[in-house]
Amino acid sequence: MIDPALHIWGWEIPVYLFLGGLVAGTMIISGYFTFKGHHKHSYFSCFYLPHVSLVLLSAGMFALFLDLEHKFYVWRLYTTFEVTSPMSWGSWVLVLVYPTLLASTLVKIPEPFQNRIKLFDKISARINEHPFLIKNIGAVSMIVGAILGMYTGVLLSGLQARPLWNSSMLWVLFLVSGLSSAAAFVHMITTDRYEREMLAKADNGFLIFELLIFALFFFGLLSSTRVHRVAAHLLIDGAYAPVFWVFVIGLGIVIPLAIQLLAVNHKVKHTAVAPILVIAGGLILRFVIVFAGQYSSWSSAFIMK
Amino acid sequence: MARFGMAIDTTKCVGCMDCVVACKTENDVPEGFNRDWIVYDTRGRFPDLSMEIRSERCNQCDNPPCVDCCPTGASHIHEFGKVVLVDGKMCIGCKACVASCPYDARFIHPEGYADKCTFCIHRVENGLEPACVAVCPTRCMYFGDLDDPNSQISNLLNTHKNRALKEEVGTEPRIFYLS
Repeated sequence: MIDPALHIWGWEIPVYLFLGGLVAGTMIISGYFTFKGHHKHSYFSCFYLPHVSLVLLSAGMFALFLDLEHKFYVWRLYTTFEVTSPMSWGSWVLVLVYPTLLASTLVKIPEPFQNRIKLFDKISARINEHPFLIKNIGAVSMIVGAILGMYTGVLLSGLQARPLWNSSMLWVLFLVSGLSSAAAFVHMITTDRYEREMLAKADNGFLIFELLIFALFFFGLLSSTRVHRVAAHLLIDGAYAPVFWVFVIGLGIVIPLAIQLLAVNHKVKHTAVAPILVIAGGLILRFVIVFAGQYSSWSSAFIMK
Repeated sequence: MARFGMAIDTTKCVGCMDCVVACKTENDVPEGFNRDWIVYDTRGRFPDLSMEIRSERCNQCDNPPCVDCCPTGASHIHEFGKVVLVDGKMCIGCKACVASCPYDARFIHPEGYADKCTFCIHRVENGLEPACVAVCPTRCMYFGDLDDPNSQISNLLNTHKNRALKEEVGTEPRIFYLS
């Protein structure tokens, strides 16, 4: 008898979705700063965000690779394009993401890496000769980042057999959560005061918006069929409720939001506490959604629970 | 072009699992996995009970989500009989098809690719019935072309009360249960 509660994806997929979302957010943020011309200041985050993003995205891709059961056939992803498959779209989107990130890194090569690879130096010089190219790289980075962030949600919501994922809000939720984690990441690592203040304020906006999306996500499921209502209750008051309310909503959104609201109003100092909570909350959100989603099903045994 | 389906008479099925054993033997299904299985569905409250025994498997949906979500085209609809199949050499083992199946009919073969019922296409192409149908001691399973109005299965579905599983999901399954 096949187990009706199939748990097919382990830690690898939530980690991949989290890192994908985080990189999507960093691409949008660094793209925005590049577009605005902040690349001229070496202490600004957009100067090193693309470099960090390359590492983070590669780590996420490695997690995805670990999840594959037929690892040495992974190249098959690039022998076809399946229009109806979100995963096929995702694999081709990544073909856009890497060159975009690479182009962003070449806007300004960090000093220790200058004069190492002549081709990169040459491209970097050519880019800097034409300011409109820099603006375009920033704009493309924002667009490709947004597509990547949306994809991480669409990957799950496209799987209709798991009622918890049957929500058109999932891609918005994952995109905003990725933006929020990225803003928190920049807030934590930046050395620039203006940038820190700005990202803390932006993150507050993202966190409030995330709460609104959660409300819409639940309204959508609760006003749908019985399987969707039962699936929503997994998070509201079911098996995953303690983790969801404590770590995702409480420690991941509400508490860091309160801390950052005090920080931007100069009541407390900016510390790494709130950003770390936001980033951890974003990671746990992916775990909760992926695991609870796999638990949800159209079977009568699930509905009776 | 044929469109194969199956009808299973739940009033004749005794849950002997011959179909399960025949499938495992015919298709060399590895230990711990099954392409078909038996469900004993008991309803009511003691002593007023009713029980239905069903032989379940991949529903060979007309609108298969496993094919739609496959990123490599490994999951595909075979021209012969519109049977949903997996090309093991194309499959990367991403498990999206396993997650997308509302019937939980797929599993990952120990060799790394997604696996499931094929309606014993290798037998059907040679004019034989699927192994499960061929061995059923109560002859409760009927296999044939749903698009042929004169086939035995079409006649049975026209003249007997029947239902498919989880039709509300919209996958248009092609396994029907007579009751």
